[in-house]
Amino acid sequence: MLERRPSDSLKNRDVIIRARDVEVGFGERTILKGLDLDVYRGEILGFVGGSGQGKSVLTRAILGLVPKRAGTIEVLGQNLDELSPEERRQLERHWGVLFQQGALFSALTVKQNIQVPMREYLHLSDRLLDELAMLKIEMVGLNPDAADKLPSELSGGMIKRAALARALALDPEIVFLDEPTSGLDPIGAGEFDDLIATLQRTLGLTVFMVTHDLDSLYSVCDRIAALGEGKILAEGPIEVMLESDHPWLRSYFHGKRARAVMAGGA
Amino acid sequence: MIVAQSTLAREPEVTIDRAGGAMTIRLAGPWTAPHAQRVEALVDEIAAEADAFPVALDLSGVERLDTLGAWTLNRTRHELSAKGQVDFANASPEQKILLDEAAYRDFQGEPKPRHSRAVDFLVDVGQSVAGAGRDMVGGVGFLGELISALIRVVVHPRRFRGTAVINQLEQIAYRGVPIIVLISFLVGCIVSQQGIFQLVKFGATPFVIDLIGILVLRELGVLLTSIMVAGRSGSAFTAEIGSMKMREEIDALRVMGLDPIEVLIVPRIMALVIGLPLLTFIASIAALVGGGLTTWVYGDISPDIFLNRLRAAVSLNTFLVGIIKAPFMALVIGIIATLEGLAVEGSAESLGRHVTSSVVKAIFMVIVLDGLFAMFFAAINY
Repeated sequence: MLERRPSDSLKNRDVIIRARDVEVGFGERTILKGLDLDVYRGEILGFVGGSGQGKSVLTRAILGLVPKRAGTIEVLGQNLDELSPEERRQLERHWGVLFQQGALFSALTVKQNIQVPMREYLHLSDRLLDELAMLKIEMVGLNPDAADKLPSELSGGMIKRAALARALALDPEIVFLDEPTSGLDPIGAGEFDDLIATLQRTLGLTVFMVTHDLDSLYSVCDRIAALGEGKILAEGPIEVMLESDHPWLRSYFHGKRARAVMAGGA
Repeated sequence: MIVAQSTLAREPEVTIDRAGGAMTIRLAGPWTAPHAQRVEALVDEIAAEADAFPVALDLSGVERLDTLGAWTLNRTRHELSAKGQVDFANASPEQKILLDEAAYRDFQGEPKPRHSRAVDFLVDVGQSVAGAGRDMVGGVGFLGELISALIRVVVHPRRFRGTAVINQLEQIAYRGVPIIVLISFLVGCIVSQQGIFQLVKFGATPFVIDLIGILVLRELGVLLTSIMVAGRSGSAFTAEIGSMKMREEIDALRVMGLDPIEVLIVPRIMALVIGLPLLTFIASIAALVGGGLTTWVYGDISPDIFLNRLRAAVSLNTFLVGIIKAPFMALVIGIIATLEGLAVEGSAESLGRHVTSSVVKAIFMVIVLDGLFAMFFAAINY
């Protein structure tokens, strides 16, 4: 059931996350209303939207960190509302999350951070635990020296990489990335995009990426979903976005910065 | 060696096939992290069984492979490479990419130089002594900075942050009144009740009023208040300043040309020095009221007699002994709390540790200081 496919063979569109009619709000404010979204297995979905439109809220709703008022969310074919706590735990090991600030445990070294989910879910020998953690550290492009450093000793880019290594600790099927390239310099951001694309190909990941970075959208995303007015305004490959008539999408994808990216030959 | 179908998926399996001089090891099932224990056992088995080279590791039956599976296979291959050649066969393109990505590499730094316990212990002791020395120098240095900041504020009254002081006073004193009143009242009741029970045996019940009056005004009021303030406000200071330091807010103040000591610490310590005597007064009154009520109920001494007797028992200096101590207690609590706050490093754990040690050190120092004052006042017969 869990076969891997590279991203370019999306013919058999296997839905891995299915959100229907989702409504989320806080107090008087309704942030998402009537939102439908499908994420297909093996794709990199870029999720865009203006600040405060609820991109992070949707991510958090899928992850179960904020309650939703209505609607259903299915992940890997399982309705999140109908799961027992044990089933939920089983499901949670199939996803990894890269939080915007990394959210590394500040009291643990990078290696220990990566080992936290491994220790919790897997029964590994100490040797394998160390080797796998080091392997993940190398896979995300960190220097092995970083393994024994505390998060407070890392630069912003290193924190993102370490957090990605932790998100990948259990070889998840879905990875949620919350603004993975924010706070990185353009070169670092480009490298990070390449890294995500490479890992996606080698590990057969499905990537759900909240981003503002037009470069990322052009270079690595298979599909883009744009959020506005509480629902999905448009979804599809970048060409669909560029053709959309919606005013927000027009200014987003045809603004000065977007033109610069396009001119750069993305 | 077919393993029974499990509920989730099949277990990883290995079949060993010896044909002629070569050896084919067929792998099957999911070679993934959830089956880690079995995968580890199987690769050990492969390593033990492999005796006829070249060995081919046939991956055609593997339904899933992840980094754990790929890594353990690569490692086994590397370990066997000394004995002979081992190759992967029939790997799908995706599996090949993964096997390349998880290719064997030697992670250095495993064999750390291990010192003996004795050396580690000595190093530990040395570091703590050096650390204590640094703490002491830091504390004295901080006291100096604080005093110079206070002098600056006195010389340039425009730099005095009245609003901040009032705000802190509200937090420390005003909002602390209910709990401090309640606790002092109860302690007053308890002490006087026990006093009555003991003194009644000698027919000296009225002396409980002397006991309460002197004890509360000289010692209990200020001590209870200081301990409560150390727990309530000292911990809050440490946490506030510590988290500001963690999030570079202190650095932000500094680069704006603002002195963090002047902006953050002087108002807090001033508020403590003003607030603690006020709270001490309120606490003492509450304890006296509690004592008075109890003597009325248990000792049949009416409030009139209680007040008369109290006036005879205590004098102004009894009250002053208590109140003089309060600002010193405040200074000690404030300095310890801010020093601990500034010592916080990047992690949440460090913040927790420093908040705890701020409260523990402050309470300890308050009691020590009270003892020193007791000796001092006894020596000058005050």
